[in-house]
Amino acid sequence: ICSVLFKSKVNYAFSSPAFPWFGMDIGGTLVKLVYFEPVDITAEEEQEEVENLKSIRRYLTSNVAYGKTGVRDVHLELRNLTMCGRTGNLHFIRFPTQAMPRFIQMGRDKNFSSLHTTLCATGGGAYKFENDFRTMADLELLKLDELDCLIRGLLFIDRVGFNGHPECYYFQNPSDPHSCVKKPCNLDNPFPMLLVNIGSGVSILAVYSENDYKRVTGTSLGGGTFLGLCCLLTGCETFEEALEMASKGDSTNVDKLVKDIYGGDYERFGLQGSAVASSFGHMMCKEKRDSISKEDLARATLITITNNIGSIARMCALNEKIERVVFVGNFLRINTLSTKLLAYAMDFWSKGQLRALFLEHEGYFGAVGALMELLKTSEDL
Amino acid sequence: MKSQTSAVESEDKFERIGGSSIGGGTFWGLGALLTKTKRFDELLQLASKGQHSSVDMLVKDIYGGSYGYLGLTGDLIASSFGKSATADKEFSKEDMAKSLLHMISNDIGQLACLYAKLHNLSRVYFGGFFIRGHPVTMHTITYSINFFTKGEVQALFLRHEGYLGAIGAFLKGAEEDNPNQYSWGENYAGSSGLMSVSPDMNPMQRARSGTFDMLEMDRLERQLVNLPLLQDPSSYIPDTVDLIEDAQAREYWLYCFEEALDGVVKRAVASQPDIPEAAERAEKFRQKYRHKLQTLRHQPFAYGSLTVRSLLDTREHCLNEFNFPDPYSKIKERENDIALKYYQKAVKSLEELSWEDRQFALVRGVLAGNVFDWGAKAVSEVLESNPEFGFEEAKRRLEERPWLIDSFDQWLERLKGPPHRCALFFVDNSGVDIILGVMPFVRELLSRGTEVVLASNSGPALNDVTNSELQILTERIAAMDPVIESALREDSLTLIQSGSSSPCLDLSRLDKVLAMVVRERQTDLVIIEGMGRAIHTNYYAMLSCESLKMAVIKNSWLADRLGGKLFSVVFKFLPSCVFGHH
Repeated sequence: ICSVLFKSKVNYAFSSPAFPWFGMDIGGTLVKLVYFEPVDITAEEEQEEVENLKSIRRYLTSNVAYGKTGVRDVHLELRNLTMCGRTGNLHFIRFPTQAMPRFIQMGRDKNFSSLHTTLCATGGGAYKFENDFRTMADLELLKLDELDCLIRGLLFIDRVGFNGHPECYYFQNPSDPHSCVKKPCNLDNPFPMLLVNIGSGVSILAVYSENDYKRVTGTSLGGGTFLGLCCLLTGCETFEEALEMASKGDSTNVDKLVKDIYGGDYERFGLQGSAVASSFGHMMCKEKRDSISKEDLARATLITITNNIGSIARMCALNEKIERVVFVGNFLRINTLSTKLLAYAMDFWSKGQLRALFLEHEGYFGAVGALMELLKTSEDL
Repeated sequence: MKSQTSAVESEDKFERIGGSSIGGGTFWGLGALLTKTKRFDELLQLASKGQHSSVDMLVKDIYGGSYGYLGLTGDLIASSFGKSATADKEFSKEDMAKSLLHMISNDIGQLACLYAKLHNLSRVYFGGFFIRGHPVTMHTITYSINFFTKGEVQALFLRHEGYLGAIGAFLKGAEEDNPNQYSWGENYAGSSGLMSVSPDMNPMQRARSGTFDMLEMDRLERQLVNLPLLQDPSSYIPDTVDLIEDAQAREYWLYCFEEALDGVVKRAVASQPDIPEAAERAEKFRQKYRHKLQTLRHQPFAYGSLTVRSLLDTREHCLNEFNFPDPYSKIKERENDIALKYYQKAVKSLEELSWEDRQFALVRGVLAGNVFDWGAKAVSEVLESNPEFGFEEAKRRLEERPWLIDSFDQWLERLKGPPHRCALFFVDNSGVDIILGVMPFVRELLSRGTEVVLASNSGPALNDVTNSELQILTERIAAMDPVIESALREDSLTLIQSGSSSPCLDLSRLDKVLAMVVRERQTDLVIIEGMGRAIHTNYYAMLSCESLKMAVIKNSWLADRLGGKLFSVVFKFLPSCVFGHH
């Protein structure tokens, strides 16, 4: 009776799944991978550890770059985290979806399929590449819904915190560039919240509880649009390049402002002269086209896409009657321009009624959620 | 160029509820940068030939199929220009333009839907200069609205879109001294209608020089308002058949009007026998009207809605343009004179009948009189070949009961009850119709103690009686009929112009004075006579008081459509609609 009714620590440890523990989110542009590196491995375990498992662990933890395009975001690493009875570090890795075939190849080379582990994957790619995993690497994916994972992952990380610091932050005085400052906050009583996930495309969710949410709408003008248009307009090749250019440009050379049309403010409706009346509105004129720089174009593209997302988010918040808007997704990675602009837009257009919140682990929540599914499944056993 | 959103409650009450900086300027600007195309319309032409799926990242590019869990089909765009960062090859201009068009249209559509939802609105009108009648843009915006609201919100477009501000400014100036005193109507002869800029869309384009279109408006020195007795003014549409939706009907009527042109031209020339250049002008009229019909064949929506009414009105406008304001004026005079001669005899023989027989005879009289309509081809042929064709003949030839629509029994029953307070009668043709059909009927109503308001055209149309003509006629009848004479004197019989100069009747645009009188006299019966006013328009109109619609169908196609034959009778009596549906 005892062994059935009570789960001792030892029994609990046996019921955790086999290593390695991965969570994968295969998106349109990026693959996000979270890897749990156990640090409480006993000598006994080390002894029994199979060769390829060891080599995977070493490969992942001793490098910060993988191949030409894989990156480990070291600054996001969660140290000494307890998951499913084990203690370890949670690593956050990303690489372009285009490199997926190479990744699967690696899985085959390292004989991943022999490791009796379940590979939990979410995102569209979990469906798209399911067959490839099977045929090329003899791996069976456990497919999960991306929005379920997103919410689960987000709530988990917020709960465990960021190495003792809050995961969530916002901007105080977003409308004043001089006193605008980043401030931490907690997502206690997070519900209801409007969750805006900005990846290649955008999904907007209204979340009422961990298991009660709905996808309100989405837009196809997302991070992929920003990068795509930037590449076409400026010849840049990476997200980093695009943002670099944007930080140096002046979008007012590209956009037509209210004052360009009215000579000042449009007083009747309270529109300041500095507001953008028409994005890229100057570009129909050849002289202007010839006088702007690539940096200006990059900036204008960033501003346009960001403001549009802000608009749609704000309208959704109004319609759903939710005051808290949380922005996540890799579009905001290293993108302070957009983050601050979203904070400003939410605050300004709602006259302070809406608040924009951001999370440090931005685009990784789907992968975290997938990892948690792996651990949950075994907990049920 | 920019996108602005306003919620409009009434002509004077509106609110700017929001806007977006992503609009036509964005499309043009980005389009110019990406495709090196300088002209806006060229960009749209490129877009209409492009495939956006090479440039955009679709749901199936991410999922390998549809995102079933959320019901997002594989073909939906997940990320606009999502493939542009990673593609190795260059994209074609057409494909990029198409992606751009989708991106902007979908975005505008989505924002419009979000605003519509917030303010509980079900119709979104798209103005501004982005659309310009390009089908591809209207399709993408409509698709977007349908997608985001699951069909609950309707996307509507405006013919003069970008010019609305300018037109409004003009109207404000024109009405400066006397706001709300005027009514405006489009003059179909002078207006060039909605011309598509794309040459393959509009073959008529080549015939025009320059690229400007015209909007000609007629200003009426009187205000036009709703008939107070309409059950639901906000949903009232006068026209019975929508020729934009009904392609078969459109085909028929365009053909019918084309065929009738010869006769109309002849009539016009004959009406001005002493003026030598009448023939030349008549030919110009023919060219112009035929051109309009041909335009409508290719672009039925060129003037907005297309109905038998608009075709008739266009013809009248064209006749006016070439100085044929009233081609039937002499015919009307002649027929009035002839009919007047028989008036007293007609009234006397009616008086000799029993009450019930008289009611039936009066109705038959109106119907038979209504047959005398030069507007209808079938009738004009008879009248031309047989001038002796008279009232008696018409009565004899009238369809036997039961009529196609026959509520005579209910009407008779009603007449046994208390008299109506006031009847509003929209009359039709001159001659036999008004004098031998309508007048005796009116006379009977007056004898029962019912007041009568006779509403006739403000301006001439075909051989319909106009208000000024009716004034004269009634005087002449009063001279031989004491009942009419005392009714005029005591004001129980009033003649008021309807505000219309059409063979059809739009009850939402009636002369303000008429509406006032209708209200003052507590009108409780509306009578509409004739094919133009009771069948081409108002066949389905719902009024809040009792109504009587009487007509003889003088067009075999139409008769067939309604389930009858040529010269079928429609006699539709409806009790009051205030409580419940009929």
